[in-house]
Amino acid sequence: MSNLTIRPIIGMETHVQLATRTKMFCGCPVEFGAEPNSRVCPVCLGLPGALPVINRRAVDLAIRMGLALNCRIATFSKWDRKSYYYPDLPKNYQISQYDLPIAAEGHFELPPRDAGEPRRVRIRRAHLEEDAGKNLHEGLDHTRVDLNRAGTPLLEIVTEPDLASADEAFAFASELQRLAVWLGVSEGVMQKGQMRFEPNVNVAITFGGVEYRTPIAEIKNLNSFRAIRNAIAYEIDRQVGEWRRDHDYTLEKCGKLNLGWDDDRGVTEFQRSKEEAHDYRYFPDPDLVPVTISAEQIDAIRSEIGELPLARQERLRMQLALTDVDAATLTADRATSDLLAAAIAVGGDPKTLCKQFISFWSAQANARSTTIAGLGVSAPRLAELANLTRDGTISATAAATVAQKMLDVPAAPREIAAAAGLLQVRDEAATREWVEQAVAANPQAVRDAKENPRKRQAAAGFLRGQVMKISGGKANPKLVGELIERRLAEP
Amino acid sequence: MPAPIDEATVRHIAHLARLKLSDDEVHRYTQQLVAILEYVQQLNRLNVDGVEPTAHALPIVNVLRPDEPREPLGAEKALANAPQKAAGFFALPKVLDQEGA
Ligand SMILES: [Zn+2]
Repeated sequence: MSNLTIRPIIGMETHVQLATRTKMFCGCPVEFGAEPNSRVCPVCLGLPGALPVINRRAVDLAIRMGLALNCRIATFSKWDRKSYYYPDLPKNYQISQYDLPIAAEGHFELPPRDAGEPRRVRIRRAHLEEDAGKNLHEGLDHTRVDLNRAGTPLLEIVTEPDLASADEAFAFASELQRLAVWLGVSEGVMQKGQMRFEPNVNVAITFGGVEYRTPIAEIKNLNSFRAIRNAIAYEIDRQVGEWRRDHDYTLEKCGKLNLGWDDDRGVTEFQRSKEEAHDYRYFPDPDLVPVTISAEQIDAIRSEIGELPLARQERLRMQLALTDVDAATLTADRATSDLLAAAIAVGGDPKTLCKQFISFWSAQANARSTTIAGLGVSAPRLAELANLTRDGTISATAAATVAQKMLDVPAAPREIAAAAGLLQVRDEAATREWVEQAVAANPQAVRDAKENPRKRQAAAGFLRGQVMKISGGKANPKLVGELIERRLAEP
Repeated sequence: MPAPIDEATVRHIAHLARLKLSDDEVHRYTQQLVAILEYVQQLNRLNVDGVEPTAHALPIVNVLRPDEPREPLGAEKALANAPQKAAGFFALPKVLDQEGA
């Protein structure tokens, strides 16, 4: 086929579980993995006569996220009932916000890829609502319902269809998660379903001067970034394939679809269609009075936000001449990024600190399934270790060993290094002694270095390595180099 | 002016609420709902030009609570009135999965 161009059109709906202690409209604790139906009360069970009361913290967190997404915060916001009948929804309606969401008309800027332009993703709206409970039917001849999750506060964030590829949707989802966690708006743990994504995907196909648009598919409930990328890529291919077979495969003729993603088989599947919006019979909830938000309240929340992760990533990259990847690693979470800043502020060498954060500190954190901040090492101790390394008091290899010990022993890094015999020896006499031992043990290398100019460099390097080994890593590499050169210059 | 209630509308609403109605019930409820709507439609006779639309019947806003946990009921009490239960869950006839939210 000639002259066929394909342009994916992707929007994203994201459910963000807010980091509150209690539910949206009742004081039940929000707790993952608790005994079934143990974190419930008359409100979240939907018992007759129970009345919901709004969680102030959920409102504040929603405003915080809205501001970080450059949204207009509603001065007047109200609550609506979205009616549908399903066993995990005990009231037979979900309390949500229909026409007056708490935040609207924002945008989020994705960093440029491969020296391109930054991409602006418009945010249509963000509204508060309550989560449903959980149905279980796997391997059962009946359905079981756990209502612990029912009533958990969610912020639903809806973008305009501004994402142009599966990779861009992946980038948006992961940046949104980093932002929510950074701001303390959500714990953002994907495995616990604290961020759930529903991309809307269709394709504009231009062929023979005519533009066709394939049906819009909503892929439900994705909870990993990989699934987002794979499901969208699959869906784009599927829709283009359908259209190639039948040019009537269009939005006009086929409408919208609800799909599920089968991660094991790597395919999307059709789902029973849900009620259309008019069938949700939205109407104002008479049990809840509206919320008004003052300019002072918005200013107060805005003042807590501080520097956002992408801005800090860019600042670190520029100031410390880091690669994009390293700058992203150092701003993966706010506490770690703040810890780095604190270690620099108490006089730690920035370059060495970055290097050590990216290498052994993040390895230690990964091994313990935590963040670098979660390791609990203070900024002054991190700074001291970095400076010992920069000064050559300990070698880079020894620094990793000291770091490991610092997690168990509260002593200062220098004391730990000393106790482990890892302080480098600048003592010239001792070093010369090690050099003599290396020379005596390796006559061939000495001959190569002296007589064969082509082998000189390699032989000298080999001898330096031997000296470091004989010294047990304590020799100062710079001094060793100097002494070996001097020794080889002797007749 | 909303569309008048007819039997098809009543059947549709009953389906959304997963209610099974007999033909006789559909007929009866249609008449009742028509009468209720007619009664409420008296409000349409009022002139509300220039009256600000309201989101709530009460003239109050901002009833919020602090994010402080309260003792939940606990599973035993929560399930006490359940017609059927299994292993600490509410139990019901098997349904096809369809995510809410
Ligand atoms: Zn509750």
